[in-house]
Amino acid sequence: MKPAEFYQRDRLRQPPALTPDYKTSVARSPRLAMLSLQGSMSEITGPTFGHSDIDPIDNDLIRNYAKTGDPVGERIIVHGRVLDENGRGVPNTLVEIWQANAGGRYRHKKDTYLAPIDPNFGGCGRTLTDEQGYYYFRTIKPGAYPWRNWVNNWRPAHIHVSVFGTSFSQRLITQMYFEGDPLIAKCPIVNTIPDPRAIEQLIAPLDMNAAVPLDSLAYKFDIVLRGRRSTLFENRLEGN
Amino acid sequence: MVQPLNYLHESAAQTAGPYVHIGLAPGAAGFDIYRNELGRDIAGPDAPGERIRVEGVVIDGTGAAVKDVLLEVWQADAAGIYPHPEDPRFADVAPGFRGWGRVITDFDTGLWSFDTIKPGSVMGRNARRMAPHINVWIVARGINIGLNTRMYFEDEDNATDPVLNLIEQPPRRETLIARKVKPGLYRFDIRLQGDGETVFLDI
Repeated sequence: MKPAEFYQRDRLRQPPALTPDYKTSVARSPRLAMLSLQGSMSEITGPTFGHSDIDPIDNDLIRNYAKTGDPVGERIIVHGRVLDENGRGVPNTLVEIWQANAGGRYRHKKDTYLAPIDPNFGGCGRTLTDEQGYYYFRTIKPGAYPWRNWVNNWRPAHIHVSVFGTSFSQRLITQMYFEGDPLIAKCPIVNTIPDPRAIEQLIAPLDMNAAVPLDSLAYKFDIVLRGRRSTLFENRLEGN
Repeated sequence: MVQPLNYLHESAAQTAGPYVHIGLAPGAAGFDIYRNELGRDIAGPDAPGERIRVEGVVIDGTGAAVKDVLLEVWQADAAGIYPHPEDPRFADVAPGFRGWGRVITDFDTGLWSFDTIKPGSVMGRNARRMAPHINVWIVARGINIGLNTRMYFEDEDNATDPVLNLIEQPPRRETLIARKVKPGLYRFDIRLQGDGETVFLDI
């Protein structure tokens, strides 16, 4: 069997471009309809990565920028699988994360929030999934922080997640939230997602089975990328 | 009752936010953490083909440059081969050619550029050849889900390209065609909204 196109992206579960309660989207959202395109070689291929691209410590945010000791905050493990819509693990795919520190401050020259930078915390990590699509990070639970949207908007604690999959049409950036955070329901960025089930899919449950006693709590976050047909039938990609 | 269709559902996207550089290009965020930042060398030193630079600005609906945007590009080599195992000619891809790049802006001006080789044409669906193009994916604060588009070249024959010809209004096809500034330099501005809005693709 030769793999073929990817399943149509379900736009009813994805945020639309224009979401006025998230104000920055207003001037940055296309107003005309997108052109729907069936997959060609340009869409069903995408970049590949290997272990020579990254280092083993890159997935340990507690250690990968430590200068004088460990970073401040609640030590956590974030782990899970990258799956496709058919439920198959996506192996050897690059997962990159970034986040604020425990006080809600980003190590970025454009972040001016009054919470302090942590000298031992960079706030980014990356890893490749294993043969089953499994990935693992060790980090610090990020803090909530205020942002300029309405006068008093606060982002729930979150970790940004970037995933590649096997094709450029699976490319995805999303955010992981933490079970039980009351700020999730109030967040205009979370609420750009129109389907409550799709929001729930971004909330990682506490996973005591993966917690390390006397060391770290754990949250489990599975990421689903678009699935694809497994047979070509009439839809010939290349007329062969 | 029917059997359940037990497919999983693609995770919903969320904006990459203003601090996307921390994760994807930490040098641009202002710190040095990785041995190797990814996506900085698209073609490698040894791939044959015409060496080109592409530059541009992403412009919002008010006409302002989007200074915190991040782009990724994906392209074939000069022979039209993608460095991916599903390309039937994968074994012949140019040596050292990655085909993928990550492009960041000058935070003061919003101008971005990347160096690569000009891609060759690629066979499209139903044996219709596609004109040389670079696939582009755009994320930023205020963009809820990454925007896909393509960049073509004005000095190539785009008349029969099957994707450009799907665009109903011929003037809009021009939004996907980079202008040649001088030999080796192309300009490709992307307009998110309003007059001259770029055609975005639901791929």
